[in-house]
Amino acid sequence: MTQRPTPPAPREITTKPRLSDRIFRGTVTGFGMASLVILTLIGLFLALRGFQTFKHEGFHFLTGVKWESVTSDAGKVTNNFGVGAMLVGTVLIATVALIVGVPLSVLCALYLTFYAPERIKKIMVSVVDLMAAFPSILYGLWGFFVLMPMVQYWAGLLFKYLRWIPVFNAPQPFFERSPFVAGMVLAIMIIPIVTSVSREIFAQTPLDRIQAAYALGATRWGMIKTVVFPFGSSGVVGGAMLGLGRAFGETVAVFTVLNIVFKVNLHILYGMGGNVASMIILKWGEAVGDETKALLAAGFILFVLTLLVNMAANTIVKRTLKSGK
Amino acid sequence: MSPAEDMNNETPGEDMSIDSKVSSSALADVANARSAAREPGKAPMGSGLEARGIHAWFGKHHALENVSLDFASGTVTALIGPSGCGKSTFIRTLNRMHEFIPSAAMAGEVLLDGKDIYAKGTDVTKIRLQIGMVFQKPNPFPSMTIGENVLSGLKLAQLKVDNKEDLMQECLERAGLWNEVKDRLGAHAGGLSGGQQQRLCIARSLAVKPKVLLMDEPCSALDPGSTLRIEDTIGQLAQSMTIIIVTHNMQQAARVSDYTAFFLSDGGPGNMIEVGPTNEIFSRPRDQRTENYVSGRFG
Amino acid sequence: MTTTTIAPVAPSKPWAPTPLEILPSILLLVGAAVASYVIVAITPMKGKLAYAFLFFVIGTTLIAGRNGLKRGRSALVDSLASSIAFTGAAMVFLPVASILWTTVSNGVKGLHWTLFTQTMFTASFSDPISKGGLLHALVGTLYLIFISIVVSVPMGVLTALYLTEIKGPGSGFIQFVVQAMSGVPSVVAGLFIFASLIVATPIKASAIAGALALSILMIPTVTRTAQEVLLLVPNDLREAGQALGATQWKTVATIVVPAARNGLITAVILGVARIAGETAPLLFTIGGSDNLNWNPFKNYQGALPVYVWKGLMLGTPESIQRAWTGILVLLVLVLILFVLARVFGGRRIKTK
Repeated sequence: MTQRPTPPAPREITTKPRLSDRIFRGTVTGFGMASLVILTLIGLFLALRGFQTFKHEGFHFLTGVKWESVTSDAGKVTNNFGVGAMLVGTVLIATVALIVGVPLSVLCALYLTFYAPERIKKIMVSVVDLMAAFPSILYGLWGFFVLMPMVQYWAGLLFKYLRWIPVFNAPQPFFERSPFVAGMVLAIMIIPIVTSVSREIFAQTPLDRIQAAYALGATRWGMIKTVVFPFGSSGVVGGAMLGLGRAFGETVAVFTVLNIVFKVNLHILYGMGGNVASMIILKWGEAVGDETKALLAAGFILFVLTLLVNMAANTIVKRTLKSGK
Repeated sequence: MSPAEDMNNETPGEDMSIDSKVSSSALADVANARSAAREPGKAPMGSGLEARGIHAWFGKHHALENVSLDFASGTVTALIGPSGCGKSTFIRTLNRMHEFIPSAAMAGEVLLDGKDIYAKGTDVTKIRLQIGMVFQKPNPFPSMTIGENVLSGLKLAQLKVDNKEDLMQECLERAGLWNEVKDRLGAHAGGLSGGQQQRLCIARSLAVKPKVLLMDEPCSALDPGSTLRIEDTIGQLAQSMTIIIVTHNMQQAARVSDYTAFFLSDGGPGNMIEVGPTNEIFSRPRDQRTENYVSGRFG
Repeated sequence: MTTTTIAPVAPSKPWAPTPLEILPSILLLVGAAVASYVIVAITPMKGKLAYAFLFFVIGTTLIAGRNGLKRGRSALVDSLASSIAFTGAAMVFLPVASILWTTVSNGVKGLHWTLFTQTMFTASFSDPISKGGLLHALVGTLYLIFISIVVSVPMGVLTALYLTEIKGPGSGFIQFVVQAMSGVPSVVAGLFIFASLIVATPIKASAIAGALALSILMIPTVTRTAQEVLLLVPNDLREAGQALGATQWKTVATIVVPAARNGLITAVILGVARIAGETAPLLFTIGGSDNLNWNPFKNYQGALPVYVWKGLMLGTPESIQRAWTGILVLLVLVLILFVLARVFGGRRIKTK
């Protein structure tokens, strides 16, 4: 456990402070490792409990679009579990969220960093922080009762005028509880993280380059285009990926506004879809035996997916922040 | 042609007595040699810059008090003084870079060709096109190539130029960098040495054809060899434009400038103590404090 | 030419726009509002969206056009960019205002005193809200918060100390792991506690199981905020302590941590705010009781988010009213925490 070379034996006996320091360092190091241990355990336990499902379904667990457990008259149970449709749904909804949420967040971060007067900036930073603290079930409730009626109307307009684009088409004009609605709610939910990461990155833009641009007669927008974007764009991509990680893992809000159906649906306006997280909640209530194991396996897939996205995102953000120093 | 001498805090009683003491100093020799070498009246007349009663504040802190200075066109003026004397603040009021600090305020006027650059309705970006600036640390845009850096000012101000290659070459030649980079204009600017980067920044400022070039300690981050090359460049540029340079280095002031202004803060706001032809400032300063500073007794 | 008397000079900001200079822009915006009203009135375009869209397009065009005419193309583009950036910020602000407004206006309708003295044991969610209450949920949430603090704060703060004070060889990697952990979806935290504790140990669905799931979400928040705060403690304080002959343990305990005290309290509050409203992990771990349960280690427990969840899922007008009122109580709790975090000043460091 110790980090430093063991001091000579006689001294170790006579100097008590060293012992206290060793205990201190040992304890702190032990707790420092706790997050690593927890993270490993999460992966381990979910993989362990889901192992039977992985073994039974194989690769089909990722590609299959059916989720059923049929008991025949003879009492024989046939399982067919696959999260394919839900994975497609997860990506689809998260994509809608990013397309809507990231530009808004970047604009907001630009406004806060380079345009806003000090007082408005303070208020808006608090507002964005507050958004991050709102419970996700609040977003779900508000999304269902307030946002959805509006989004349904927008969906109607999109359907009417942009139907020739495949994603905006729908088999029927049924826009309630669609992936589009869920994506809109998620877009609002990822705004705080994307905004605060972008703001942190924009604020790190080297001042001497900003001044150089202004001294050359640049307008504010000219400065942002020549200095801020080249410096910060990769960091903003990292921030967007952090938002993507959030969007992948969001459960309650999506469950509330989305009509979860086990089918691949690429028509974002059409009222059916799903994501892995909300599907777990949906099936959990009546799941027994094998299905519970399959849901834990689905949880493992979700865990790995978000972990990878987050790790990549953090690496990118860190690199950008370093390059500004 | 001489800078305005109606300055504040002048103490006329002391100036005669110190005359002989400093005249033989090395700095004065340098300055005398330069003023002898420079042909008077060769520089074009016309647009000059004139600061009238400039005050600057940062919040409640009064950083600069009542500075008035004339910069005749085609001259090099050095601003010297110990750290915190307000010389950098002053130079930043001259092209309106001062206002980027949120708490900043100012009073007074800066006249370019007789027009106040702080007048209502002035387009500040046009002002900065006419009064360029080179900073302490070389700051080329790292995402651009050397050539793009030179032309970046045109792009930023959306100016049209007939022949970009000629302009690029001209600016790099005037900045004394052409021979070193002519074969790699497409390379990224980050690969240049510190001194080369600073000359690239000078070339970048020249591309928008400013009338005045402000230099805020342009050599303080460079090695002696690069410093000399930049000083050469300044000498060349002074033929065609007005240059104002802030420097900590008195040798440099003596080597490159026609006029020198001495700034000092006694704990309160910075003041300009005295201004005059550089050889006189270094040989026969009228103020005791100037003499103490140029003779190395403090600062 | 001596100037001995200097007339007093007032600081001014000649670059700041005067009211007279802002006036034309305001007039243009008023014009844009009128124009969008007229267009909505005489064309088939209808609805709030049409108003907002037209107002934005006409307003930006007018202002940018004016700047462009005065100062040329780059000023036009600059003006467009600032309008768009401002609109982006406004569109972030709008949902927050709407969320607060709908929650308060819908929630207060169901507020009454017995809400805080009764449980749902004898009432059903589809009963009018005057029957029954959410005391059990409030108690459950307070239990969850308390246990999560007990578990996460030592873990989080000690991890932060490891990253800032010990800076062992693995600290870069641990930092990375903590960041990765803060991205773990809340549903996964719940599944993990189910898969590890509830399936395999005597601990069954209860407040303790729920709190452990929440702790997984809370630890990274506490760690990262605490680390930020500890990094702000000036290094000379540490050196001063060690130069006086104190051990590292003494230095940390008597100098570093007290100096960062307010910030550490903020770290705890932000951690609590992060988990107070979490719903998904609780659905697997606390059982969602409708009755009071004072024992955090045994039997099903209720919680505010689960109360809201149940009301929402049932979907009758009465139960939805319950959901709104429950979320209002939860929101007030979060707001109090949020304000407390601000009051403790967050990142300020006491150096005295």
